[in-house]
Amino acid sequence: MKAKIIVTPKKAVLDPQGKTVQKALEHMGYSGITAVHVGKYLEIELDGGDKETARRQLNEAAHKFLSNPVIEDFKLEIE
Amino acid sequence: MNFAVLQFPASNCDQDAIHAIRLLGHSARYVWHKENSLGAVDAVVVPGGFSYGDYLRCGAIARFSPVMQAVQQFAANGGLVLGICNGFQVLAEAGMLPGALVRNRDLQFHCEHIHLKTLAADTPFTNWIPAGKPLRIPIAHGEGCYFADDETLALLKAGNRILWQYCNANGEPTDAANPNGSLLNIAGICNERRNVAGLMPHPERACEPLLGSIDGRLIFESIIHALESKTVAEAA
Repeated sequence: MKAKIIVTPKKAVLDPQGKTVQKALEHMGYSGITAVHVGKYLEIELDGGDKETARRQLNEAAHKFLSNPVIEDFKLEIE
Repeated sequence: MNFAVLQFPASNCDQDAIHAIRLLGHSARYVWHKENSLGAVDAVVVPGGFSYGDYLRCGAIARFSPVMQAVQQFAANGGLVLGICNGFQVLAEAGMLPGALVRNRDLQFHCEHIHLKTLAADTPFTNWIPAGKPLRIPIAHGEGCYFADDETLALLKAGNRILWQYCNANGEPTDAANPNGSLLNIAGICNERRNVAGLMPHPERACEPLLGSIDGRLIFESIIHALESKTVAEAA
């Protein structure tokens, strides 16, 4: 089983990395880009077991540790 | 007075903290992150550095170290805890202080002297700082931008829990004087109970004339003064 977690900065948090990447893209000639946000991607490999239990545990881990709820949001997918 | 200075893997300002405390004539000992007990201490310093390589997020892993349970208990019992730089990040990740520290707004690591305006004199971390005196202290960080949502900022203001703001040499908290983009120029805050504080600048590196400023002493002396007053009060 593999879990995929995407962690992104909350909209209210300043994202200078995102802005810098956006400016660079524009300088490179890419048009029509209205915003860029830079986040984090984690892949967690799990040995067999119940998908729902895994989801619950990883949801808790993502909330407590893998992301900081003060400044980040996360999306969890299990396949 | 006895200070405990924590050590996580890749803390690197622990020695400076120990040195500063001993310079001021008090006892300091290292406490390794795996220890379950702090021993008999009067105050805890969570030092600067790059604990766990700043992996995942600064302080995110250190906050789960065994010693942090003892620190939480110590703080719950009213003990004094000061987080410096990475230490502030650890305390914020641990939820012992609100908000978070994110990447500096200009994406640059800032290693320079700044000035601090002290906003609250009634804490164990600020009581010895002369009113109106800007403190000249060095910073050295890439992720020192303080963020908290509007509700938290309002709570901090209402509770007089913003201890230090970045300011210029004249004590004005201007945007130009803000090295990292911290909201409200916040450089340091305390908890509701006023026994846990965190700041991004390094007072332990402003205790000797050779390093360019001795203003950092005033923060350590505030802690010492608060502890000594408490001891006298308890004896009475």
